[in-house]
Amino acid sequence: MPPRKEKAKEAPVLDFERPVVELERKIDDLKQRTRLSGEIRREIENLETRARELQQHIFSSLTPWQKVQLARHPGRPYTLDYVSRIITDFTELHGDRRFADDAAMIGGIGFFEGIPVLCLGQQKGRTIKEKLARNVGMAKPEGYRKAMRLMDMAARFGKPIICMLDTPGAFPGIDAEERGQAEAVAKNLEIMAGLPVPIIAAVIGEGGSGGALAIGVADRILMLEYSVYSVITPEGCASILFRSDARKAEAAAAMKMTAPDLARLGIIDEIVPEAPGGAHRNFDLTARNLAAALRRHLADLLPLPPSLLKDLRYQKYRRMGAFVEAGGLAS
Amino acid sequence: MSDNPPIVWYRRNKKDEPALEKRSIPAGVFTKCPMCREALLTGEVHKNLDVCTSCGHHFAMATRDRVASIMDKGSLIEHDAHVESIDPLGFRDSKKYSDRLKSTRKTSGEVEALIAVAGRIENIAVEAGFFVFEFMGGSMGSVVGEKITRLFERALERRVPALIFASSGGARMQEGILSLMQMAKTSAAIARLREARVPILSILLHPTTGGVAASFSMLGDLHIAEPKALIGFAGPRVIQNTIHQNLPPGFQRSEFLLTHGFVDIIVPRKELKATIALALRWMGTPAVTTRN
Ligand SMILES: [Zn+2]
Repeated sequence: MPPRKEKAKEAPVLDFERPVVELERKIDDLKQRTRLSGEIRREIENLETRARELQQHIFSSLTPWQKVQLARHPGRPYTLDYVSRIITDFTELHGDRRFADDAAMIGGIGFFEGIPVLCLGQQKGRTIKEKLARNVGMAKPEGYRKAMRLMDMAARFGKPIICMLDTPGAFPGIDAEERGQAEAVAKNLEIMAGLPVPIIAAVIGEGGSGGALAIGVADRILMLEYSVYSVITPEGCASILFRSDARKAEAAAAMKMTAPDLARLGIIDEIVPEAPGGAHRNFDLTARNLAAALRRHLADLLPLPPSLLKDLRYQKYRRMGAFVEAGGLAS
Repeated sequence: MSDNPPIVWYRRNKKDEPALEKRSIPAGVFTKCPMCREALLTGEVHKNLDVCTSCGHHFAMATRDRVASIMDKGSLIEHDAHVESIDPLGFRDSKKYSDRLKSTRKTSGEVEALIAVAGRIENIAVEAGFFVFEFMGGSMGSVVGEKITRLFERALERRVPALIFASSGGARMQEGILSLMQMAKTSAAIARLREARVPILSILLHPTTGGVAASFSMLGDLHIAEPKALIGFAGPRVIQNTIHQNLPPGFQRSEFLLTHGFVDIIVPRKELKATIALALRWMGTPAVTTRN
């Protein structure tokens, strides 16, 4: 069974996960028996098949809101969980050299399959203490400025950048506004557009609006299968447009924020498959899938000269949008 | 997490919302100033660029009036007026987005939330964009993003200054992720202007928040704000709901941003054109350099 299964069990179980989790508990109970007769072994096999089929069935028709719940699953792997599995000799670097070090944003150097890379990402916390320290992955201006400082360094040394997006949004607070949250996000968008090195952004959980995009301007944009990416949280959209927080599921569906939605809208380049039942069920397998996608895209991008890379990146964003010119010419 | 912060938002004016108080001048012979409570002659206020003749309070200004107050008479060419929103998501809240667009076009008299013009300011050629707050809170969807990007590209091509008069609640939720990506698209165009040393002037009007604040609006060579404009990343209501604290007086107003270093200068409406012209004269015409 998946090596990280014990971790998933500690985390709360979502409603739609429950039938499978209950079956699995039953299987575990049977396995605990000191003596397994042939009959019990067959029973276990049957139950395992049923659990697999049930999971496939449930996960083949998830609603957008269920995907939001998976993207926010407390047991879901976070940036550092992937970093520890796919980056060797990762060395975290701290601080924006202006004000502070923001633990909601991590950045560091390391090697992806031998290639020196800069790795950035928002980091949520798992324990209450860590959640507090990391502000549940909601970075302040110093977080975005740390990212910018490190990206600038990567550019000077010609190293590719891997960004992992996982945040409810940039932090909306008094101190963040005082220190120019809007300017910090904006500056990153401008700087990333002009960086002369390959950038790959992967949404691994919640792609929360400008706070995610601020490390998300890239040559390739990937999304994990059950991650989401949107202009505003479903709760925010519901309270403003639907006049009721309770209609968040409706808002999640209306905003088209799942990975297949973004692929259809032409925003992302690839959907990275997660472990059956979601990334939290098997960290290692999901990390291997992510590494495989990164390997392919890096191989495409590394040979490109900086000027071409920048032009292609400009054109990529230049095409984003949907409108008509009077006369009916659609774009 | 029900307290997840919406970072892009707009609101219709509501009595219980002090941050976005109604600033437009109601029709009628007299207008009561919400600041000094003086009863003013509406015609006089209008002649005074919609600024209170008694205390200097800045009322909301109709966007077409704004354009006329800044650009030299007879110098205007409007660009991309024919670029129109579609409904890429098939979005529907209490109303279909496509219907909302139709009715907003009727009430506002505008096709979209941005007017893009080429023209002159004290005889200096510029490319300028004016947000129409009257059009869905000046929200930025695909059309606004495209028009701004084209404006920046024309400014680069012609090597004339690019000006944006921002007044917006942020990204347009009805276009989902496409709206968010307009932040990246417009900022990428700014990167090219910066590289070519083409002047970028950001004029921050009441209110400028969300995705419009967190992209080109905060990337000017100069940030010029009208007095007491609300300028910020998150809306005050969102911040209050997140941190459960009272917000300090003057929070996120022009004066607050100036104190904290994000606005260069606060200029009353009547001096805005002259100040812009002075800055443009100082910056001069950018020397032609090749990109890369
Ligand atoms: Zn007054």
